[in-house]
Amino acid sequence: MVELSIELGSVLLLAFGLKGLAKIRTARSANGLAALALVLAVVGLLLQQGLGGWPWMLLGLGIGGGLGAVLALRVAMTSMPETVALFNGCGGMSSLLVAIGAVQLPTPLNLVGQVSVLVSVLVGAITFSGSLVAMGKLQEWLGTPGWTLRPQRHAVNIVLALACLACCALVLKGMAVALVPLTVLSLLLGVGLTLPVGGADMPVVISLLNSYSGVAAAAAGFVVGSELLIVAGAMVGAAGLILTQVMCTAMNRSLTSVLFGGALGAASSEAGDAGGREEYTNVTSCSPEECALTLEAAERVIFVPGYGLAVAQAQHSLKELARLLEQHGIEVRYAIHPVAGRMPGHMNVLLAEADVPYDQLVEMDDINPDFPRTDVVIVLGANDVVNPRAKSDSASPLYGMPVLEVDQARSVFVVKRSLGSGYAGIRNDLFELPQTSMVFGDAKQVLQSLLQELRSLGVGKVTAGAGSTR
Amino acid sequence: MSGHLSGTAALWVLVLGSLLGLELIGKVPPTLHTPLMSGANAISGITLLAALALIGEAPTPALKLIGAVALGFALFNVVGGFLVTDRMLAMFRRREAN
Repeated sequence: MVELSIELGSVLLLAFGLKGLAKIRTARSANGLAALALVLAVVGLLLQQGLGGWPWMLLGLGIGGGLGAVLALRVAMTSMPETVALFNGCGGMSSLLVAIGAVQLPTPLNLVGQVSVLVSVLVGAITFSGSLVAMGKLQEWLGTPGWTLRPQRHAVNIVLALACLACCALVLKGMAVALVPLTVLSLLLGVGLTLPVGGADMPVVISLLNSYSGVAAAAAGFVVGSELLIVAGAMVGAAGLILTQVMCTAMNRSLTSVLFGGALGAASSEAGDAGGREEYTNVTSCSPEECALTLEAAERVIFVPGYGLAVAQAQHSLKELARLLEQHGIEVRYAIHPVAGRMPGHMNVLLAEADVPYDQLVEMDDINPDFPRTDVVIVLGANDVVNPRAKSDSASPLYGMPVLEVDQARSVFVVKRSLGSGYAGIRNDLFELPQTSMVFGDAKQVLQSLLQELRSLGVGKVTAGAGSTR
Repeated sequence: MSGHLSGTAALWVLVLGSLLGLELIGKVPPTLHTPLMSGANAISGITLLAALALIGEAPTPALKLIGAVALGFALFNVVGGFLVTDRMLAMFRRREAN
């Protein structure tokens, strides 16, 4: 009875935790609730089954928990997407190992148990290898090999999937050995499915794999006969699917095109890199000095931060610049595109880390009407999310994706290292508009020199009235 | 292993759990997508229960070792996932205090 109430309490806490995570005010305590739920669940289970094998439990607890804690406390906020991918992959590996262990127990499994073992192995392995590939690509340890973009890759993946199914059939016929090739083939399938996906689509894949790890956990729940595990796994699986859908909508991509036609982004990225500089004809570039002069005379400024800002670790310099401008009486805000950074919400986390006031971060739909009234827009390491082509060119792969309408502002400065194409690899018409100037350089260095120039202009020292408009 | 669960009952649990998950995550502000993904990911490390059950039932050291490794992977996911989510959310809270 005690065990049952603990289990039920744990499910309730998990549900409230997951719900609370979706609201800013409650998110942090909700995360604690969910963690508490897992502790309760473990206590309930140990009450039920006793402490037999405790040295082994301690071993797993010490090594796994310890490494997880160290990594979680040390990792930089910029590497959050790949960290989530790594954690996620390990969850999948755990389900895979449990299933392989369960078939070797002396008690035979019924049909439901056997099918669950197969699902657990298949999905767990795909989650593991897929997440590691996603991590490798985000860390830029792995590229997109050319051969993975050929149509034949579908054939390879289909053959792998069929071979997996054949192994499953063999296991159900009583050949437990077939679990070995099943594991290997599923791992390869995870690689085959993830490797061709272009960089821009990677967050969607991580979110989907997150959903898979829930499915794998639920399957492991069937194997060991734990309702709690099934409920929790199913909840995570469903929640992951919703998030995946949200991300796809924000990027104007359908899930099928990410997964199966997914090469599009990567393919055009290569074309863009090769085409490179010649493609742009009418680009004006300017120095940080000129940019500082325009800034000094502005009344309303909007920053558009992108992943390039995070890569350059420039969030703190940006915050400093914003403070200086505010002291000068200039209104400063940040326009946040839903998929800025490499995961939805990633940019909010990065700017929060740099102490940017929460109310200065404005979502796309709220800030778009304000661009025509804005004197200066500074785009920092963002590209595709400010591409006007998404509105005008129906042939563009970006067409229909909601973008920040920075081209409506009076002047636009784009801070970028070079004219290379964006993450999705698509040419950006913004760069050629008459009101746009490119400031070439590393975001952090450019911001530092802007700060220097503005200070030498006396901005921030004298609390003179706001600069005159042009 | 505990085996008290019938196949149909388990399927009901699966279906209702999925519906609960869909319902709970209806609307989320974009700000929270990354922390939510990371938090949900930590919860999926609940396979640690299955790993513990495996260690409890395993008759041989080899099998217990498999259980221990599975437990290690799951805990890496759980502990790391919750801590990293907390780190992200702590920043938002400090923000609101100002």
